[in-house]
Amino acid sequence: MTALLSLQDISQTYVSSPDLAERIANLAGANYQETRVRAVNGVSLEVAEGEVLGLVGESGCGKSTLGRMVVGVETPSGGTLSWRGVALEQMTTQQRRAWELEVQMIFQDPFASLNPRMRVEQIVGEAAVIHGLIRRSERRDYVADLLTRVGLNADVMSRYPHQFSGGQRQRVGIARALALKPRLIVCDEAISALDVSIQAQVLNLFEDLRQEFGFAYLFISHDLGAVEHIADRVAIMYLGRLVEIGTADEVFENPRHPYTRALLAEAPRLDRRGHSFTPIQGEIPSPLNPPPGCAFHPRCPLATAACKTGVPDLRAGRDGRRTACILEQEEVA
Amino acid sequence: MNAPVLSVRDLVTQFDTRAGAITAVDGVSLEVGPGEVLGIVGESGSGKTITGFSIMGLIDKPGGIAGGEVLLKGQDLRKLSEPAMARLRGDRIAMIFQDPMMTLNPVLRIDTQMIETIRAHRDVSRSRARDMAAEALALVGIPSPVERLRTYPHEMSGGMRQRVVIAIALMLEPDLIIADEPTTALDVTIQSQILSEMQKLMAQRNTALIWITHDLTVVAGLAHRVAVMYAGRIVETGPVDALLDHPKHPYTRGLISSIPSSVPRGERLVPIKGMTPSLMNLPEGCAFAPRCPRASETCRKARPDRQDLATGRSLRCFHPLEEAS
Repeated sequence: MTALLSLQDISQTYVSSPDLAERIANLAGANYQETRVRAVNGVSLEVAEGEVLGLVGESGCGKSTLGRMVVGVETPSGGTLSWRGVALEQMTTQQRRAWELEVQMIFQDPFASLNPRMRVEQIVGEAAVIHGLIRRSERRDYVADLLTRVGLNADVMSRYPHQFSGGQRQRVGIARALALKPRLIVCDEAISALDVSIQAQVLNLFEDLRQEFGFAYLFISHDLGAVEHIADRVAIMYLGRLVEIGTADEVFENPRHPYTRALLAEAPRLDRRGHSFTPIQGEIPSPLNPPPGCAFHPRCPLATAACKTGVPDLRAGRDGRRTACILEQEEVA
Repeated sequence: MNAPVLSVRDLVTQFDTRAGAITAVDGVSLEVGPGEVLGIVGESGSGKTITGFSIMGLIDKPGGIAGGEVLLKGQDLRKLSEPAMARLRGDRIAMIFQDPMMTLNPVLRIDTQMIETIRAHRDVSRSRARDMAAEALALVGIPSPVERLRTYPHEMSGGMRQRVVIAIALMLEPDLIIADEPTTALDVTIQSQILSEMQKLMAQRNTALIWITHDLTVVAGLAHRVAVMYAGRIVETGPVDALLDHPKHPYTRGLISSIPSSVPRGERLVPIKGMTPSLMNLPEGCAFAPRCPRASETCRKARPDRQDLATGRSLRCFHPLEEAS
C-alpha cells in the first residue's frame, strides 16, 4: 500500500543575505556573510491513511516548518514530498490541487488564524465554494452541518470570531479544515493555547472525527501527554533532524534515543510526586551554528568521542527500532 | 509546623468596571510555611494571578482589595504605606512572572538592573553588589556569571532570562516568592532545569514559595500542598497526594481527568463540559454548578461555604466525592 504522505530526505534551508547596509560595510572591509539556517535537515517519514503520527520536539527543532511544508505553505529546499505516491514535482495540475485540498491545517493560535472581519459562515464555507465542492446556495446548510459536527450550535454561523471563546474558535478552525473533505490534517500545537479542560474536549473531538471520517493526522506538539494519548506512531525531532521514530508504545514505554529518554524522564506527570528533577544540561544549540557530529552530543550523558564527528542517520538498530544514535547502532554491529 | 510565613484570610479583590464591580478574588484564605511550596492551580480567569498580585500589593486602579488580611510573618501588609510596601517588595517578598521581560528592562544591562535592585534595599558598595549579583547568577546555574552580567536581556535565550529573573528574586533572600507560571513558556528540558534549581534553593534557604500555574502535572512534582481555584474562589485545598489521588471537589476531579496521561492510551478523556464562566456574569449559586455532574437544586441557589476537613484539607462543595472514588 502506498502511504498517503511520504517525505524523502526533506530539508528546508533559510538563507539570509547581507542587506544593503551590510554590503556597503563589506566594501569598507567588514565581513558580513550569508547566513544559512537548516531548519529541517533530511527528514524522511510516512503517514498512512487513517494514521495519527505525533511529531514531538522543543521550540526551534523545525517541527512547525515541517508541518508547513506538508500542507504546501512552504516549498522544501531539498528532498521529495510525495502525496499518494506522486512526487510534488511530477504532479499534474489536478493531482496538485487534490493534494492542496486533501491536506488541511489547524493552527495554534485560534485568535490569529481566523479572519476577524468574516462571519463564521464565510470562514468555514468560502473555500468549499471556491473549489467547487458545493454551490454557493448550499453553503448555509453545509456550514450548519460542519458546525454541528464540531460541537457548535449551527446558528453561530452569523457571528464574528471575536464573539467566541478560545475553545470555540478552535472548533471553528477545525470546521474550516473539515469543509474541504481532507484526508490528512496537520495540527500544529492545535491545543496548546487552550485551557486544560477545553484541551480534553478538543482532543476527544479529534478522536471522534477520526473515527467518523478516517482522517490521518500529523499531530505536532511539545505536549508529550497529548501525543501519547492520541498518536499511533511518534517521531521525535531535535535541531532539524528526526532522532527517533516508532509506534507510540515503543517510544513511550521503551525510548531508545538519549534525547527521547531525557524528554520522557523530565515531562511532569500527575503521578510524579515530590519529584526531584534531574535535568539534562544545557540548552538547544542555535540552528545558526549547530554543533558538529550528532547535534545532541553536547547535552548527551552518554556521548563518546565518535559522537562529536559522525552525524548519525536515522537507521534501524537491533529489533528494528529506528533511531539516529551511534550508540544504538553500534550495538547491532 | 512552624508559624506560617504568609497567611491570607478572606481576601477579596474587586475591579470597578462600567458594568459594575467584578469580584476577581472572592474570599481566598491560604497559608504557606517556611520551605513549603504551595501550588495554586486554576484555568484562565480563575483569579490565581490576581491573588498573587493582591498579596504583592500590585493591584492598580480601577481595582483594589476590598477585604481580608494579608499577613507576612504576622505583619498586615494592607496596613503598610506604599513606600513601606515598596521597600518590602524585592526584599521580603518577590514575584516571578511568566514573561521574564515583565521584570527585565530591555535597554539596561543585566548588571545595572541587579545592582540597582540590591542597592535599593541594602547599604552596600557597587563592587560588593556586583559580587552579590554574580553569586546569584551562579546559584541559578548560569554559566560564566561574571561575563553574563555585562549582557543585555535580548542576548539571552528565554530560559536564561527566566533564570536571571529568578536570581533577582532570590538575591536578597526573601521570606516568600510568588511565581506566576514562570515555566509555562519554556521547553520541557528547560522547565525541568528551572524546577530543579527552584526545588533545591527553596529547601536550602527555607523560603516559602507560591507556584501559580494552570498545569497540575507541574504542581504534582513540585508542591507540598495545592489550592484549586475556580471563578475567584479556592474550591479545594489539601496536601498534594491526598488532593490528586482522592479529589473531593468535582472540579478538581474534572481537571485531573482532563489530563491526557490520566487515562490509558486509546481510552476517551472525560473532560469538564462547557467552559469557564465570565466573572461579569457568574451563576447565582456555586459557580461550578452549570458544569458540574453532581449539581443539585441547592447548588444552583446557594454558594457553598468553606468546610475544613481533617488532615489539612478544605473544600467548598455541597456534594463532595467520596473517599473511595
